This record gives sequence, C-alpha cells and structure tokens, in this order.
Amino acid sequence: MFGMEFYVDPSRCIGCQSCLQACEECETHRGYSMIQFDFVDRRESTATAAYVCWHCDDPTCAQVCPADAIKKYDDGIVGSSLKPRCIACSNCVLACPFGIPKLMAPQEQMMKCDMCYDRTSAGKRPMCATVCPSQALAYVRPEQIARDRREKPVNTFYFGNQKITTKVFMMTPADEDSVSIDVADYTWENADALVRQTQ
Amino acid sequence: MAKLPAPVADLIAQYGPHLNYAPPGGWQDESQHPAQQLVKTHCCFCGQQCGIQLKVRDNQVIGFEPWEEFPFNRGMLCPKGVKRYLQGSHPDRLLDPLIRGEKGFRKATWDEALGTTARRLREIQESYGPDAVAVYGGASLTTEKSYLLGKFARVALGTRHIDYNGRLCMVSAGVAYKLAFGVDRAPNPWSDIPKAQVLLIAGANIAECAPITTDYVWRCRDNGGKIILIDPRFTPVARNADLYLPVRPGTDVALFMGMLHVILRDSLEDREFIQAHTTGFEQVAESVRSWDPRKTAELTGVPPDAIERAARMFGEADRAIALHARGIEHHSKGVENCLALINLALATGNFGREGAGCMMITGQGNGQGGREHGQKCDQLPGQRSIHDPEARRHVAGVWGILPEEIPQAGYTAVEIMEAIHRGEIKALISACFNPLVSLPDSNFTREALEKLDFFAVTDFFLSETAQFADVVLAGSLQEEEEGATCSTEGRVIHIAKAVDPPGNARTDSWIYCELARRLGKEKFFPYSCPHEIFDELREASRGGIADYYGITYEKIDRQLGVFWPCPSLEHPGTPRLFEGGRFFHPDGKAHFITAAYRESGDPVDDSFPIYLTTGRVVSQYLSGTQTRRIGALVDQYPEPRVEIHPRLAGALGIRQDDWVVIKTRRSEITLQAMVVRTIRPDTVFIPYHWPHDRSANRLTHRTLDPRSKIPEFKVSACSLRKAAGPPDWAHSLVQIGHRGNGGAR
Repeated sequence: MFGMEFYVDPSRCIGCQSCLQACEECETHRGYSMIQFDFVDRRESTATAAYVCWHCDDPTCAQVCPADAIKKYDDGIVGSSLKPRCIACSNCVLACPFGIPKLMAPQEQMMKCDMCYDRTSAGKRPMCATVCPSQALAYVRPEQIARDRREKPVNTFYFGNQKITTKVFMMTPADEDSVSIDVADYTWENADALVRQTQ
Repeated sequence: MAKLPAPVADLIAQYGPHLNYAPPGGWQDESQHPAQQLVKTHCCFCGQQCGIQLKVRDNQVIGFEPWEEFPFNRGMLCPKGVKRYLQGSHPDRLLDPLIRGEKGFRKATWDEALGTTARRLREIQESYGPDAVAVYGGASLTTEKSYLLGKFARVALGTRHIDYNGRLCMVSAGVAYKLAFGVDRAPNPWSDIPKAQVLLIAGANIAECAPITTDYVWRCRDNGGKIILIDPRFTPVARNADLYLPVRPGTDVALFMGMLHVILRDSLEDREFIQAHTTGFEQVAESVRSWDPRKTAELTGVPPDAIERAARMFGEADRAIALHARGIEHHSKGVENCLALINLALATGNFGREGAGCMMITGQGNGQGGREHGQKCDQLPGQRSIHDPEARRHVAGVWGILPEEIPQAGYTAVEIMEAIHRGEIKALISACFNPLVSLPDSNFTREALEKLDFFAVTDFFLSETAQFADVVLAGSLQEEEEGATCSTEGRVIHIAKAVDPPGNARTDSWIYCELARRLGKEKFFPYSCPHEIFDELREASRGGIADYYGITYEKIDRQLGVFWPCPSLEHPGTPRLFEGGRFFHPDGKAHFITAAYRESGDPVDDSFPIYLTTGRVVSQYLSGTQTRRIGALVDQYPEPRVEIHPRLAGALGIRQDDWVVIKTRRSEITLQAMVVRTIRPDTVFIPYHWPHDRSANRLTHRTLDPRSKIPEFKVSACSLRKAAGPPDWAHSLVQIGHRGNGGAR
C-alpha cells in the first residue's frame, strides 16, 4: 500500500500469537505461518517478540542464493523463493542475519514473509499487522508513527562488520536501559521469608 | 440417574474434543472455490466482541477477513478470533438431537427429544413442584436467547430457579456498580482509555483475557499516561507499567483502602465533587483511617512506599481510570474489592468526564447483555429488580401474564448445583454452560450431576457436562442465528446470521419455543425470528435501567453499535454515563459504601501454606468447550501447567517440567511445573480451561461472596510436592509441539 511502512515494536508485544495464527490464513501460503515468534526467556520474563521479514535493501538471502531464486521487487519487498528455481539448499536460511527464511520440507522450497504481497498489492494491510492486538506489528504511515509513538524507528542494523539497512523498522526504547522483572524484588517482605512461611 | 452412559474415553472418541486445524475442503480449497459472501459480524468469544467478517461458501464458514471499519477493534483480533471460524465445520459438531441409551448416546428425532424433555419436566414438576426444575443459561448466548431463556423459565416452566454462568464471571462488579451508581455497566467508552493520565489496572490480565484492550492501554502510554498494575503475577502488560504492585491474593480491598488513606491524608481528594455528587463519604473516610501504608503493606505484601506512590499518582491526576476484571471480583469479598476501588475513583472525582472513570472489563462474550434481560435469578428485562412491584407489573404486561405469576428470585448458579446435590432440585435444563469445568469444587459438581432425575442440555458440542445429559438438544453456534449482544463498553451490536445450523441442528430460539409449545405455553412464545424477540425485549426493557427501546438492528448497523440507555428511536445512545455528575440512584448521587477486609474462605495454614490462584490463557476460552477443539489454539498452550516462582520451586526441589502434585482441602491434581520469576513466591497459578484430572476447579472451593454469590476462584490454600512421575492423563496425550508455554520447556 502506497505510503505505508511496517514497524516492529517488541515492547508492545503481549505474546498472544495472533500474528502467527493469522499469517497462515494468507492466500499465498495457506496453512503455513511465516511469523517468527519467541518467548525471550519465559523463566525470567513475560517478554515476547514477533517478527516479520525485515526486507533488506541489499538482501543477504538473495546474495547467497546459488539459483538466483530470491528477488527483490521494485517496491522493496523481498519475496519468497521462486518455486521453479529454488533448489532447497538452505544457503539463505543459514546466511540471513535475522534468521528469517524457512525451508518448507514438503514443498522443498524456501518460504518467508513477503509482507502479504497478495494483500498489500490490493490495497489491504498485511494480515499480521491488521490483527495484532497490541500493534507491536504495525503497518501505518511514517508520520503517524512519528506523531503517536514514544519509541524511535530504526532501520540500520550491525552484525559484526556487516551493516544492513531494511525496509521494515524496529522501534527502539526511548529511555529505560533495563527492566527488572522478578516479582520477589517488588514484594515488601524478604523473599526468603515468604518462601519459609510456606514450608 | 444421570451417571455417564459410557466410559469417558469412549465418549471422547466419538464426540471429541478432536482437533480441527484446517478450513472445510482443506487449506488449498479456497483458491479453487472462493468465498461467495463476506458477513460482517462479531467474534463469538470474549466481552470485547470484536468486529470480524466471516467468509461464507455453500452454507459453511470457511475463513475470516478483518473488519477494519468497526471502531472498537479496527481489524484487530486475538488468536481465538482468528481461529473461531473452525467451529461450524468441526467434525465434533452435534448434528442431531441425542438421547442417552444403554451404551452411550443414540440419535433421535426432534419430536422424540423435545417430547421426552417436555414430558419428563412436567412429571417432575407435578411430583415435586415447579421449583424442582432449574434452568442454567450462558453468557455466550445472544441477548435475544438470554431474554427468551429467562421468559421460558418463568413463564413456560414457572420455576424461580434460573441463573447463568456470568455468576462465575463478573457479578461482583455488577453488584458493586449497582450499589454505588445504581447501574451495572462500565461508565466509559473504551475510547476514553487513551485519554487518561493515569491507568490503574487491578486484577486484569489484559494481554491474555482482553487482548484488544492492550492497544488502548499502549495508546494511553504513548500519550504520556502512567500505568499502575496490581496483580500477584507479572502479566505481559506489567512490563510497561510505571508502578507494579504484587498484591497478595485476597488482599486487594486492603490495598485500595490503604491508597485511599494516603489520598485523604495528603488531601488529594476532590472535595467539590464529593460534596456535590456523592453520599456516604464520611463513613468511608473513617473506615480507611487505620489503613496506613505500614499496616496495608503487612497484609498485602506491597511495600509502603509503592502504596504511597500509587496513591499519589492516582490522586494527583486530573483524569484517572481504574480498570478491573476477575482478579478482584472472584473473591468471597469480591463486591467489597470493587466497592473499595470505586471509592478511590469517587474520592478523586473521576467520573462523568472523558478519560476519567472506573471500568469493569467484561469477561464473557455477552456477559453484559446476557445479564441485562432476564437470565439472572434476581433480574427482569431492562436490568430491573425482580423484587420491584412496578418492574413486575411492567414485564408481566409485556408478557401477557399477571405480575404474581412471575416467580420470585431463585438460587444463583452455585446454589442451584448445591440444591441439586441435596436433592431439592431434581431436573436441570442447561444452555451453553459447562459447570463440570467452570464451577468450583468439580468433584462436588460431578456428584450433583449424577443425582439429577432428568438433565437436558442445549449445546453445539458435547461438553464434559453434556456427557451427563439424558437428552442433548443440538443447538446453534453464534453465527447461525441473528441477534444482538452488548460489548464490554455497553455498546449493543448486531450479530449477523452467516449460515444455517448444519444437519438436523436447530437454532436455540426454535428449540425453546418448541419446548414451550410442548409445555402448553405456545401463546407466550409466538416468535418466528429473533427480530421479533428483540422487539419484545425492547418493550420489556423500556423505562428500565438498561433501556433498549430506542435500539433497532438497523440503527446498530448504521451507527456501528448503540450504547444503552437509549430510550427513544431518536436518541443516539449513551457512550459515557454520569456526565454532569448525575448517577442512576433516585437521589442522583453516587454512594460511597464501606468495605472491610476479611480472610479468604479457604485460608492458608501449616498444611496448606501456599496461595493458589486460577485464571485464563490467551488461546483458550472459558471451559474450553469450543477452543479445546481448535488445533492451532490447543498447540499454543496444550495442557495446564502450574506457574511457580524459582525460589519456591527451589525450596521444594522442583525443577522446570517436573510433575507436581497440587493439593487443596478438596482434592489434588498433578501438573507439570512452569518455573517463572513472574509470580509471587508464595503463590502458584493454574489456568482453568481443562476437565477432569487436570482441572483447576477440582482444587477450588465453594465459598461465595455474600452479596454477589460469586465463587472465590482467585484464592485457595494449597500444598505442593514433587510427584513420583507423570499422572495417568499424561500417558494418553498425543505430544504436540509446545510452541506456547513460553519455550520455558
């Protein structure tokens, strides 16, 4: 959709996995979800993160593809591999610094998020960003993000010496540098005493 | 005798739950046979009632498309909403009425099923009196069905015993709001949430139980709003809270009183508002005098300085909103918890304005609308009291009976089950209610079900409770009958009919009208469609508190919902209540009502030293009758686990994934441990959506709030020990990828 950009903000993510469930309802890959979803460390936190493909300006997946099966379209979207060309070698799966491409065994083909090309090319928003209840995944105009959000959009990433710029933006925290999440730290009583009293 | 007609395993093999993953025809079918129609309607699950479009082809729902124009959710959906379309075509779907036989259920004709039901009900009422039959309703039913069920119980059966599963949900909030404001509804539209300067979220796991509300909370934060979160668990929304108060289960009322103490001590109250618009302030002020931060901290486990900070944040804001849900309502003092929170909002003058209020978050789909029009034991349509002679006269007039023919108030949901257990109630008709999973103390519930002389169930799947039925009346899903519901905002919305019920299943309203006919009460149930029921309901509610008279399906479609009260066809509806400081009591004022702390009905002691609290996960809904059959939702969180803090787990020698026996004064169950730092170290949590030997409600107790009669799901006393090995149920499980459960595996 003209004028819209994709923003990912893990600080908003509530781990509901609506994106993951809705992705597999998409026309071009029904039954397969292309969303990357993780509990960061469930023992320590309720923090979760859901990601789409970052759609790199110079996609590493395409650089390493020996079959020239991965194409970036004029609008900056990097598609799934082209079925007739893909040789299921997994080069892209291993090379992508974000860990996005997936080798779909039944089809012997690499598939990944194509930002719902069927929807975005028809004037609809991508499925995941449409349903996301926390708008951790958002597909909106840049001016709206600048106006409404406290976080800052960033699309430059460093992986060692490799600098990558992407079409999709990551929202980065405005101020806090760390968040403590042990409930025991928030109780008044000494946590050991709380446990002793339950023995 | 309603013992199970066959072993549970046989019933499950035949009627499920089985897991449905793909739309009818398979994933690739839609590209060959696209949808013929997109039907704008709403999700059938929780009280958010999100707008959604269902894809329909050949009388089957085959998928969904977001509905971005609907203002509440603007296309957003939680995973339950995304996958809700997989029910209609589900292989477990009941396609015929069933009658219990010697070795299980057999298919029956409608004539036989309805004839048997009417005959048995009549026999039992002739032998034991009209009140020997009770009716259970469900808050997933449309408002038309709820109204019909209330009228069916009172007019066709003449029993005073009808109640509904909202009694297990948020009835404490309803009672408290009626006492304080004279009306049972969240006073503000959700669009007020982003405009608050401070949001106090108490006992509400918004991320999992009201997911769409998250966006409203985050927008409040984007606008510079501060978030105070009160919960024994560090829920996902807590990550962005400015202040987190880890309240000890069962002590919320003390925390709110401690906060009010600080507000009054520091003169942060709104004297002008209190003077002009409230009564009872002095008594409440007196009642919190002793609750200084130190005493409050000792009871609640929240540090004194955090109590001070929370009180100052809430008290100093020009616009503050308190949001609450089951976490403060499921208590033997649930009403008082809510009243104490309301007192905070009243004392600070946070009513009748944009971005200021105290708001309950509805749990069940039609939790709000379902209780407004007659399936609650003490209410007549329009949120009228069944004790009010004027209300009885009005409703009797609409129904064409004499006021004295309307039975008096009957038992509440748990009391009905207790009356069945002691043999006072002999027969039960239940619609969309799975008490074996959802009532507390489920061993007791099972014993009661086994004692019924006659039990008829209307449902679309054979729930764990329906397995005990003598007759199962194959009813309809939400998308199979037109109607209205009322969302958490008080917005009345239109449920479109997308498809006909499959096979020989019938719409719920047809079933109850036919039963009424067989009970000789045909003339009181002349409806040919839900529209006619809605029109009668409008009249019945006219002039009441929840006045629907000015609401029509057409107006709902035009305005995308109408907020009640809406007393005339020209009236636009009332998104925000109490504007200008006018409350619904006859004196026009809000009433401060004192609350007091009492111990839980199941106190911790040396034998049961740990608090047990129960709740939901995002991928399951209520007793799981629907969502435990949807494959992708089951994969997300396949089986219940017990959340334990690492310090407690360490002290008991329990590690991640260990099998743990959780024992209470009622029973014990064995579940796998989920060791997480996101819960108080003296508390464990179990989600309640599952039946039998992994049911959290085997452990809970039947202590009720004296006024709301809500059970105390949020506080039980338990002990934990490491189990010798997995329980029997674990061996029969198909192990599926635990992509939910937090990778904490």
